[in-house]
Amino acid sequence: MTEEEKLGVNKFHVDENFSHIEINKEACPEDIMTLVRACPAGLYKYNDGTLTHDCAGCFECGVCRILSAGKVVSRWEFPKGGKGIEYRFG
Amino acid sequence: MSEEKFDVIIVGGGIAGSVTALLLARAGLEVVMIERGNYSGAKNMTGGRLYSHCFNGIIPDFAEIAPIERKVMHERVSMMTETSNFTFDYTSDRLAQPGKESYIVLRGIFDRWLAEQAEKAGAMAVNGILVENLIIRDGKVCGVIAGEEQMFADTVVLADGANSQLTTKAGLQRKPVTPHQIAIGAKELFELDEKKIEGRFNLAPGEGSAWLFAGWPSGGMTGGGFIYTNKASVSLGIVVTAAEFINARKSVNELLEQFKAHSAVKPLIEGSKLIEYSGHMVAEGGYGMLPRLYSDGVVAVGDAAHLVINAGYTVRGMDLAVGSAAAAAAAIISAKSRGDFSEKSLSMYKRLLDDSFVMRDMRRFRKYPRFMENRRIFNEYPEMADEIFAGVFVTDGAPQASMFSKIFKTAKKNGLRNLAKDCIKGVSTL
Ligand SMILES: Cc1cc2nc3c(=O)[nH]c(=O)nc-3n(C[C@H](O)[C@H](O)[C@H](O)COP(=O)(O)OP(=O)(O)OC[C@H]3O[C@@H](n4cnc5c(N)ncnc54)[C@H](O)[C@@H]3O)c2cc1C
Ligand code: SF4
Repeated sequence: MTEEEKLGVNKFHVDENFSHIEINKEACPEDIMTLVRACPAGLYKYNDGTLTHDCAGCFECGVCRILSAGKVVSRWEFPKGGKGIEYRFG
Repeated sequence: MSEEKFDVIIVGGGIAGSVTALLLARAGLEVVMIERGNYSGAKNMTGGRLYSHCFNGIIPDFAEIAPIERKVMHERVSMMTETSNFTFDYTSDRLAQPGKESYIVLRGIFDRWLAEQAEKAGAMAVNGILVENLIIRDGKVCGVIAGEEQMFADTVVLADGANSQLTTKAGLQRKPVTPHQIAIGAKELFELDEKKIEGRFNLAPGEGSAWLFAGWPSGGMTGGGFIYTNKASVSLGIVVTAAEFINARKSVNELLEQFKAHSAVKPLIEGSKLIEYSGHMVAEGGYGMLPRLYSDGVVAVGDAAHLVINAGYTVRGMDLAVGSAAAAAAAIISAKSRGDFSEKSLSMYKRLLDDSFVMRDMRRFRKYPRFMENRRIFNEYPEMADEIFAGVFVTDGAPQASMFSKIFKTAKKNGLRNLAKDCIKGVSTL
């Protein structure tokens, strides 16, 4: 199963007006690949030299912040109160 | 709500936050607990097992009233390679001794209940609000900023978990947390009929199994896999040190997929349905990497204070969250009686913590983070177990050596000196 298929079963409150993570698309490919592998939600995608990242689906775990603050991750905040992932079981 | 002042503001309504709130409210303090999720537990995930001793004296009838999933009556540990798995399975009445037993919990359910206990005791719980910053005046933390609001208190308790940025703002976390000090936890939850769970895991009704795996689930990297049985679902996941992914060959999801596809795991979840996929940071720097725990007007508890023991392939943080909450609450109650919330006054928290099981166990496992960096545990030893048992159990009519000589031969191939060294180190870190 892909991450996307798995995320499909989660409950999530999307915030259309606010991206809580900002990325640097020009970051070094090696640093990018670290996040491609490490993000449990699989939200860092690197195809044909282009990095994309979607905040919808994020677990807010902060792993990308610790691995890559100042490199791939240029800003990392929590979503606004009540937005984002909502674990029914956890 | 400007200039409204509480005795205590607690940031985070997880286990550490709710227990602090419960104890402070019981002592008559005016407490507000602010949680960014829509309910306590909405943002929290764990592997599964809570050692209930920590609630002795806090919630005496815990075992009767808490919404636990199952009582752990089987302790299983496996060494897994791509094509083999060696498990030992311990069960004993001793696991069920009152006050010493452990329970499997699901945090979305458990934390909500725990926050309710704090509310019943008189704490105010506010959900769906993110604390964005701290109000710091002349070096003293005196409140929090949430949206447009400012709220003030004599003491602010940071119970905001492993991914806290507020501990840095408060000056408690002075050096940036590194990828070696945290692990990535990812978990899948599978819905499965109660009877099927009990059949597949060899459990009596209501009983549960805690199962940890070394080797293949983490792809030989520092970490491991886990399977916990809930009432009507099975939790399956991995914990791997974040720094490992800098040069890893596999992604978190690929590791999960290969773990689930293993012949020793697949039948356990056959025919079940995925009902949640979750991820969370694990604090695992250990005793040597702890941040400062208190300062003027502020204390940190639970994961926010990195009070987690990663002893091998198992993670233990929930009972430490409760233990640190109890120490913090006692220190704040005492500070209140003196009317002094300075760093010196709140230093009582550290003293109480040092004397409690929290720091005793943190100290006991202090060498573990370094010991775990030793790759042999995650690579060579599972392979070695495979070779030994293949030698014992695979029979083809060729002359058989004794079990002892097989073990000796395999061990020798892997380097007797290393093995002896690791055994001594492993035992001495305990
Ligand atoms: C995969 C995995 C397996 C584990 N297995 C086990 C196990 O089997 N046994 C065990 O004992 N421990 C285990 N642990 C560790 C355990 O889960 C943690 O130690 C425990 O959850 C810590 O509780 P806490 O209350 O300190 O933090 P958390 O549970 O993280 O709670 C922090 C709370 O603060 C809230 N918050 C954060 N920031 C803000 C803010 N700015 N404003 C408002 N609210 C905020 C969050 O929403 C959250 O509710 C495991 C952890 C993981 C990830
Ligand atoms: S916070 Fe966690 S889930 Fe979200 S993008 Fe970063 S690594 Fe992925």
